[in-house]
Amino acid sequence: MKILALDSSGLVASVAYLEDGKIKGNLSYNYQKTHSQTLLPMLDSLIKTLEIDLKEVDFLAVANGPGSFTGLRIGVATVKGLAESTGKEVIPVSTLEGLALNVNYADGLACPIMDARRSQVYAGVYRFKEGEVKPEEVFEPVNCEMVRLCERLNELGEKVYFTGDGVPVYREIIENNLKVPYVLPNPLNQYQNAGNIAVLAEVYANEGSKKACDVTPIYLRKPQAEREREAMLNAAD
Amino acid sequence: MEKDINILAIESSCDETAAAVVRNGREILSNVIYSQIDLHTLYGGVVPEIASRKHIDKINQVVAKAVADSGMELKDLDAVAVTYGPGLVGPLLVGVSFAKAFAYGAGLPIVGVHHIEGHICANYIANKDLKPPFMCLIVSGGHTHLVKVEDYGQYEILGRTEDDAAGEAFDKVARAIGLGYPGGPKIDRVSKSGNPEAIKFPRAKVGDSEFDFSFSGLKSAVLNYLNTASMNGETIVTEDVAASFQQAVIDVLVGHSMEAVEKYGFNKFAIAGGVASNSGLREAFEKACAEKNVEFFLPPPILCTDNAAMIGSAAYYEYIKGTRHGLDLNAVPNLKLGERV
Repeated sequence: MKILALDSSGLVASVAYLEDGKIKGNLSYNYQKTHSQTLLPMLDSLIKTLEIDLKEVDFLAVANGPGSFTGLRIGVATVKGLAESTGKEVIPVSTLEGLALNVNYADGLACPIMDARRSQVYAGVYRFKEGEVKPEEVFEPVNCEMVRLCERLNELGEKVYFTGDGVPVYREIIENNLKVPYVLPNPLNQYQNAGNIAVLAEVYANEGSKKACDVTPIYLRKPQAEREREAMLNAAD
Repeated sequence: MEKDINILAIESSCDETAAAVVRNGREILSNVIYSQIDLHTLYGGVVPEIASRKHIDKINQVVAKAVADSGMELKDLDAVAVTYGPGLVGPLLVGVSFAKAFAYGAGLPIVGVHHIEGHICANYIANKDLKPPFMCLIVSGGHTHLVKVEDYGQYEILGRTEDDAAGEAFDKVARAIGLGYPGGPKIDRVSKSGNPEAIKFPRAKVGDSEFDFSFSGLKSAVLNYLNTASMNGETIVTEDVAASFQQAVIDVLVGHSMEAVEKYGFNKFAIAGGVASNSGLREAFEKACAEKNVEFFLPPPILCTDNAAMIGSAAYYEYIKGTRHGLDLNAVPNLKLGERV
């Protein structure tokens, strides 16, 4: 199975190509240019270097959230455009599950955290089972205060392996609030990586794929205007 | 006979998700517009994040329908065009990212288009014989520009708004007199039964720059009038306020435009943009141009509103000049008219 994957949900723009369980190429940039300037040239570079024939690719995969609203849309729109003109189907993969694979050696809980600003994170908690690529979800991905996440992790009472761009941002909160043992990631396994998305997409391919028109980002947070309007309506009730 | 050039164009700079296929810059093969206006009416204006989310959910359907309606297959297309500015950055990025990837997958070149240049080019679709040079006034919710169209893709801006765009002033006044969003069509409708001479609102001149516009003073004058009238317990006749406000806008737009036409000796004048659908404005320009013996061009309302057919027209003239953008094409929210990035 041939899968072209991308992830632009955070600071890093990342593209990868997988063929029958093997990552053939994996390219990531953490640079100040916007993803709209880097992502497609990176994909082109990957395709040219690996001499990929787009026609032979089985699926396109994309990290569809949570993450930076704009970053997610650049990635998802890129995949949707590519899928529309090539007739490929798409496998959307959770950004958090992709991140969790950074610490798939975890003998406890894998906890990807992404900075959602305002003291909040997008976070997931996963557990890896021997011999299985895809981790088991301990609880559904959330958008919550980092302090609240620490409380929930304390309740679970297991060793936590953190990953994600939220780690450097919330390091102090972790140190002050977490009562269970924890491990912080090294720079290499802290960021999103499209290779992880490709690996998970290969597992999900057996469960089916989506038409391009049905692929949408999972934001986990409503637009500010919508939240404010709801608050106003609730206050009026 | 030269080969036909068929361009698939995509537009998502504000709150319309649009795609079209245009032949040789003049002939519409398909024109699909998905308007989000109902969604934004709840908020009294366009919310960029909500617009961006809607664009990404609708863009495949809109583009697929534009291709299907055109009767073309991908192999019949020569290029993919996309609006890359000016506009709201979130919405622009959806169109730009999608269009680049679509073009890449189809092996087609990509041509980035300036949104306002698109509006001007709507006139090429509506009037097959129109060729530059001519003078054009672009009036919309985000823009008010008086432009010399010197040649295809060559523009000189003579005047622009110093503050609010004309359409923005319509929205703000409509909100103040309780008509709601979108202001332009609502004020236009109500004005028909009002007296445009009832209230004397100011016609603003901007300092010493001959052709620039300013609408915030007019908007404030309307708000002051409403305040004073309500403090004095006077009845406010909405129709008269709307008609008098609209007349003040029209007078300034027509006045500046006709002065410019005269000064530069143009015999062709066109209008474009969402506010160009305003019936009062269309009539006033028809009359003013007839008096000056200037030929008047205006697109039908469907080509005044944001659409992708106009982008396809502008793209054609760029395409035949050899303009091609790279895979790194970015959205440029404040792209200047005539600028090439």
